[in-house]
Amino acid sequence: MNRLLDLYWTFAKIGGVTFGGGYAMLPILERELVNKRGWTTMDELRDYFAVGQCTPGVIALNVSTFIGVKRAGVRGALAATAGFLTLPVIIILVIAMFLRNFAQEPVVQHAFAGIRVCVCVLIFQAILRLWKKSVVDPLALGIYLAVFALQVSSAYLPVKIPAAVLVILAGAAGVLISMARNSRKGGADR
Amino acid sequence: MKLLTLMVSFFKTGLFSVGGGLATLPFLYEMSDTHPDWFSHGDIADMIAISESTPGPIGINMSTYAGYQVGGIPGGILASLALATPCVIIILIIARFLERFRANPLVEGAFYGLRPASLAMISAAGLNVVRIALVDIARFTATWRPDDLFIWKAWVLAVLVFIGLKKLKWHPVIFIVLSAAVGVIFAF
Repeated sequence: MNRLLDLYWTFAKIGGVTFGGGYAMLPILERELVNKRGWTTMDELRDYFAVGQCTPGVIALNVSTFIGVKRAGVRGALAATAGFLTLPVIIILVIAMFLRNFAQEPVVQHAFAGIRVCVCVLIFQAILRLWKKSVVDPLALGIYLAVFALQVSSAYLPVKIPAAVLVILAGAAGVLISMARNSRKGGADR
Repeated sequence: MKLLTLMVSFFKTGLFSVGGGLATLPFLYEMSDTHPDWFSHGDIADMIAISESTPGPIGINMSTYAGYQVGGIPGGILASLALATPCVIIILIIARFLERFRANPLVEGAFYGLRPASLAMISAAGLNVVRIALVDIARFTATWRPDDLFIWKAWVLAVLVFIGLKKLKWHPVIFIVLSAAVGVIFAF
């Protein structure tokens, strides 16, 4: 029981101080989990992040699940994940309640109009940052352009392709392209 | 019933959004189109800003905020749990054979295709924010003067934020707060 509480508390604390998510959390996780508690190593953390990159869902939750299951099985995983969720959920609920009461105020509306401009830039920057890792060669660029075109024109197409279907198709295309490349490489070796 | 639909929607989002927080965006836009009474495109842009300014992963922040719009406090909690569920289940399975999963050529191949697709969907979602923040299509289609398409003061702010983020390396929260102040002072 203590072990579960410990997991819950530790991840509740981490969840309360990680802004932005993703790799921005790595230093905090390193301090709390590797240096202070010795629950994991830096190498393991990097593995968890790598798996997090290539599984659906939020990376921070992947890390909490991994460490929770390692320390105390499935219940540990649930305790760690619930801990991580606690503060972000409470904070957003408070903000959402506040906004519901003040959203119509002109000051709030002007502020959010300014903030939306900033959000455009933040998304643009995230795209630039991810570009090198994602669009690695002309075929990957082809996938990018095809999905982008389908998404942007979706309002004008007779049938809208759901984003989930695009995700599945892109994954399948990736598998087929890699298999074709590997078999060609294999042929050349022989 | 509404809460159940909400949970299914966010479960699906958690299952298919690969590659970090912003990957949830295309699914949120889809949800907004199917359920216009849940939240608007403008709400999504505000959610992004709120997520960047508060602790916690953006995907969770978004589901809490959207869930609250739909079903109050229970809605916010249930939507977040629904988003987290597929992720926890998948990792519990993978944790048993971590090494084999990472080295699997099929997994690597799938991600070769998933990464650009996910980025393309984020880009398209970004365009949706541009449409409400940087251009005024209603004004443009009324006059057809190219000058009326762009909201010029917004572009000035965007360029300044872009340069600031690049040169100063401050936390994005600071730029969000500054942009809010500019929005109030110059009546955006």
